[in-house]
Amino acid sequence: MVQDKTLGSRLFDIINYTLLTIVSLIVFLPFLHVVMGSFATAEEIARKPFILIPEHFSLNAYRYILSTNAIFRALGVSVGITVVGTFISMFVTSMMAYGLTRRDLDGRKTINFLVVFTMLFSGGLIPSFLVVMNLGMIDTYWSMIIPTAVSAFNLVIMRSFFANLPEGIEESARIDGCSDFGTFFKIVLPLSTAVLATISLFYAVQYWNSYQNAILYVNDANKWPLQVLLRQVVLVASGFSADTTHDFVQPPEQTVKMAVIVVATVPILLVYPFLQKYFAKGALVGSVKG
Amino acid sequence: MELSASTVAPNPKRTSRWKKRVLRNRYIYLMILPGLLYFALFKYLPMWGLLISFQEYVPTKGVMNSPWVGFRQFHRLFSDPDFWNLFRNTLALFFLNIVFYTPMPIVLALMLNEVGRTAFKRIVQTIVYIPHFLSWVIVVSITFVMLTLDGGIVNDMLQYFGFHEINFLLDSAYARPIYVIQAIWREAGWGTIVYLAAISAIDPGLYEAARMDGAGRLRQIWHITLPAIRSVVIVLLILRIGSVIDHSFEHVYLVINSMNRQVMDIFDTYVYTAGVQQGQYSYTTAVGFFKSFIGLLLVMLSNWLARKFGEEGVY
Repeated sequence: MVQDKTLGSRLFDIINYTLLTIVSLIVFLPFLHVVMGSFATAEEIARKPFILIPEHFSLNAYRYILSTNAIFRALGVSVGITVVGTFISMFVTSMMAYGLTRRDLDGRKTINFLVVFTMLFSGGLIPSFLVVMNLGMIDTYWSMIIPTAVSAFNLVIMRSFFANLPEGIEESARIDGCSDFGTFFKIVLPLSTAVLATISLFYAVQYWNSYQNAILYVNDANKWPLQVLLRQVVLVASGFSADTTHDFVQPPEQTVKMAVIVVATVPILLVYPFLQKYFAKGALVGSVKG
Repeated sequence: MELSASTVAPNPKRTSRWKKRVLRNRYIYLMILPGLLYFALFKYLPMWGLLISFQEYVPTKGVMNSPWVGFRQFHRLFSDPDFWNLFRNTLALFFLNIVFYTPMPIVLALMLNEVGRTAFKRIVQTIVYIPHFLSWVIVVSITFVMLTLDGGIVNDMLQYFGFHEINFLLDSAYARPIYVIQAIWREAGWGTIVYLAAISAIDPGLYEAARMDGAGRLRQIWHITLPAIRSVVIVLLILRIGSVIDHSFEHVYLVINSMNRQVMDIFDTYVYTAGVQQGQYSYTTAVGFFKSFIGLLLVMLSNWLARKFGEEGVY
């Protein structure tokens, strides 16, 4: 930036870099601690302050949790909800967002208002619960997808992206005899990969991380997603009581808790580089601003 | 165009033109339909369901046939000694969250912006964005295994250095600070994104001029960067006010336990336990109604204040 750095400027840099390093460590170290702890032996954790590197590496915690059916079933549920949910959400959200960009559409303003209003006011937990109950969705996998399928926020982001596409392209497609559906699927969507990727990832993360729908609508422990199982194991400390093959309900060891946290975190960390590619590109920044 | 058509043409013709337009867009309506159904079923039907807060709702009878009781549920709510506690907790957690969280991403963005080395900046950004993608269950679980008395690192360290152990998880004095720190830990890094975008749009000439006038870096931040992002700060603050009121359940419900319930139980968590778990549907709908109303009021108030001070606001 500047060639001749003053003393004050240099001091500023030193303090700034130090503080940012500390911030990064505060974010990063708890992770590392949990990951390393999941590989330690239970005795070592109980015996002395365990910080980062265990003396003896052990896979016992993982062997234990992988020996239960509960974790596989929960993983399966979470993956299923995330994949199916993201697909449904994208399908519904993108079509609605595109439709709402058409200026000659009667009722467009009203619908836009109705969508934005839901961001300001909601009927609340119980009326939503009763709707889901009356639809007969209690204890179904659908109850973890459909009630939160469309996010008004994501819809608005997508709509403003579609609205900024050059109008001429659509028009020429229509003149060439392309139907509305054809224009949308063959012209608009292929031009919108950046926003589609970003919003898909938002939805995927939302489905993967959510436990609210599950604790509201799903009583059957066999249908619990990973987040609910994690909560049971770590916070409620009920062990793998959801698992009928193990009927002992003994509070799980610290290492086991850590291992379950790691299992629930790893999938997110695996998609993180892809996420980052998009917000590094600025696609996300533009869309958030819009 | 519209006007002249309506004055010249008689009414039936206008209707038929409107029909034509709708007919021409029939596939567009078809595209919007699933989304519309979603909003109708899961957003607006529940709003209609707020009616049961004026009833003694019986699930088997439904909304149409349950007995109406006027404002009885609200009377009960305002005379309930628990109500003021819930109200206090909801507002306390809300203000703690807003007051302590809001400056964090701003400061962090300013610091990141001052970093000259791109590689260092990118590494820090990569790290601080991560927690946003972790669920509350994971964040609270990590806190739990670190703070627990049996084998948690924090208490082990305290003991190691000769201090007494502290029961962070069960001592209610620590519940709110832990809640706020978790909120900051998870969201502050991600929160910098929009600020960094706003900062990058500032004209570099301004900084150059300030340097010529002998302004140091802190002065440049204070007199150029901060004023330039003021309106973004205000918009994000208003949006956050709405989202904290609306979306605290997942986080707070995880932090609550029998020992800290007195200081952590908020309207949302109370509605869940008394409504979903104990089946007091009408009463807890009234509680939720009251909370939604307070939330709407807070957002409108902050928006009004923003406009009053010459900012654009959100709507």
